Amino acid sequence: MSNYFYILWIPLLPLVTFVILGLFGRKYLSGIAGLLGTASLLTSTILSIVAAKQYFFVDGKVNGVFQKIVAFKFTWLEFSPNVSIDLGMIIDPISVMMLVVVTSVSLMVHVFSLGYMKGEERFATYYAFLSLFTFSMLGLILSSNIFQVYMFWELVGVSSFLLISYYFNKPSAVAASKKAFIVTRFADLGFLIGILILGFYGGTLDIGLLIERFTSVNSAQYISITGASFLGASMLTWGLTLLFMGGAGKSAMFPLHIWLPDAMEGPTPVSALIHAATMVVAGVYLVARMFPIFSMDEAALNIVTYVGAASALFAAVIACTQTDIKRVLAYSTMSQIGYMMFALGISKNGGENGLGYMASMFHLFTHAFFKSLLFLGAGSVIHMVHSNEMKDMGGLRKLMPITHIAFLIACLAIAGIPPFAGFFSKEEILTAAFHENKIIYGIALFTAALTSFYMFRLYFNIFWSKEAPVGSNDHHDTHNHGEGPWAMKLPLLILAACAVGVGFVPFSQLVTSDGKALETHIDIVFSIAPVALSVLAILLATSFYKKQNEKSDKIATAFGGFYTAAYKKFYVDEVYIFITKKIIFPFIGQPIAWADRNIVDGFMLLLAKATAKISELIKGLQSGKVQNYAMYFFGGILALSILFIYIWK
Amino acid sequence: MQEIPLTQILFVSTALFFIGMYGLFTRRNLITMLMSIELMLNSVNINFVAFNKYLFPDKLDGLFFTLFIITIAAAEAAVAIAIIINLYRSHNSIDVDDATEMKY
Repeated sequence: MSNYFYILWIPLLPLVTFVILGLFGRKYLSGIAGLLGTASLLTSTILSIVAAKQYFFVDGKVNGVFQKIVAFKFTWLEFSPNVSIDLGMIIDPISVMMLVVVTSVSLMVHVFSLGYMKGEERFATYYAFLSLFTFSMLGLILSSNIFQVYMFWELVGVSSFLLISYYFNKPSAVAASKKAFIVTRFADLGFLIGILILGFYGGTLDIGLLIERFTSVNSAQYISITGASFLGASMLTWGLTLLFMGGAGKSAMFPLHIWLPDAMEGPTPVSALIHAATMVVAGVYLVARMFPIFSMDEAALNIVTYVGAASALFAAVIACTQTDIKRVLAYSTMSQIGYMMFALGISKNGGENGLGYMASMFHLFTHAFFKSLLFLGAGSVIHMVHSNEMKDMGGLRKLMPITHIAFLIACLAIAGIPPFAGFFSKEEILTAAFHENKIIYGIALFTAALTSFYMFRLYFNIFWSKEAPVGSNDHHDTHNHGEGPWAMKLPLLILAACAVGVGFVPFSQLVTSDGKALETHIDIVFSIAPVALSVLAILLATSFYKKQNEKSDKIATAFGGFYTAAYKKFYVDEVYIFITKKIIFPFIGQPIAWADRNIVDGFMLLLAKATAKISELIKGLQSGKVQNYAMYFFGGILALSILFIYIWK
Repeated sequence: MQEIPLTQILFVSTALFFIGMYGLFTRRNLITMLMSIELMLNSVNINFVAFNKYLFPDKLDGLFFTLFIITIAAAEAAVAIAIIINLYRSHNSIDVDDATEMKY
């Protein structure tokens, strides 16, 4: 097995950058912070591509099966000989794939930010946080111990929190960051309990060992965890469901999705990196990482499937009604992640039945590119228009030709039009769904059509709709900087090339559930339905939104209450507010606060007061007079003598 | 000559001890207090010697203890007088009631 030790540098370089920029950035390095961050990430990206090349094409494969390689392992905290928290790096197809995705998308975002964030006061801090995020995400990907996953999981959450509240003088950004943090933290509680359950029954926290123990039906651990049950479900189901709850929180699955649309308050490149391409797929990655265990438990997989499918449909419906372009993209992200989730849920482990797993990972891979492209394109548009609202845009295709083309490519990719990337991955997911579960297939097909519709609604609203504003609108002629610098255009072009090209990666040969190559082929007859539906949806969007007209409003009125409900995001936020403000605060929070103030604090105050009173009483003993002390001394001796002579004999 | 019984000697030493104790508690002058302490030490010495002679006549442990106590009493007196001199320098008095700053 050849040496993969250099992989250590891939996460370490961003960490070093973070420390340097965090400590010295604002004062000394604000001029070169962006270049420094970008350069270190460029190195990481090159290293990951080298690693991917080495793993996939040189020595990862032994007898036709991709091996799991532990490149580095260091026992950090040992609780007992078997249970320890290790810091390790695991190399297998999905982690190598994610390495490439994260570093390359992060690199694009770093480059894009050079232009987008130029002139910001906290420019160096921004890059420090980006580096911190990249480090945490890479650490998360490479983790070989489930507790290590949890640590990096939280680090990712923290850097997301820091970046959402980057504009901390905006109250909405602060609120959004708190919301994101609290909602994901709540989900992570489930994750932690899940880890503890699996660790308790598995007797280890090492992912490889856990998988090994829980996948063999005869192992003592498997028998004990399936034997124990709680509320009618086996502990394995509970552990996996709670694990999935953590993943659902990070991946914004219904009903823990409420933080994601608000997280769009952060700078747009951040949304592209964290809330579209990398961090939000951490949940999918987690399920994929633990997939052999998930595949042992039908119930947990069903939860994954239905939560994923429900989120996919739900988010797609909402995305059709939103007017803030970043929110549309946020809901679209949620919908696509739902796709990946249910693709995992319907999959089996290994062989032909592992198609869903491979499709999910493939979709994760392609989605990262075209979704970050969409976000960066949106960022470019927002940079130009200085607004997130669709009504402030329109007719921009002539003003920003490169963004226009890139955005169009990304829209086609996400809509699943051949030969763009999304087509291939979506086809695999649909094929898997078709074979496993017809209901899911129906939902997926409908969602795919909705996806095309809302993406092209977005596209036409930004780039067509009205005619190009010619100086009449006051906020356009103040910004005659055109499309922005090359730092912003270049990532768009590169990502557009990826959005076209990555679909042709022979993914099924490389990343599968059991490491063996999987033969897949695009069935033309099968693809007719989804592609036709997508094209139909695109045509519909064209007729509605290419020129401003009344049709869309008419449809909206025709749907009436349903449209309003979707526009209001199906009142999920209101439900949360109702639950927290009307139920949790008065019935749980306030009694606990009362108990804290009166019972806990009261007890402590009583102790303090009693101590003060008693010391007030007896302080006279400490008189400072030597003879009094001598008296106490002799008194003590007298008492002891009496005690020993007459009482204890 | 008739031998003096042990109880009489013990009576003397007890009297000596309590006289010392009385002095220690009532006198305010440090020098007098020091002298009272010496009285108490000497009563202990008498006890050691007496017990040694009456109970274990063929051993010398009591005598050795006495010798050690005398030595230590001398050293203690030196240290105590040094303390008293320092106290006098700082307080212009060797009255213990004038040195009660170390209180609550």
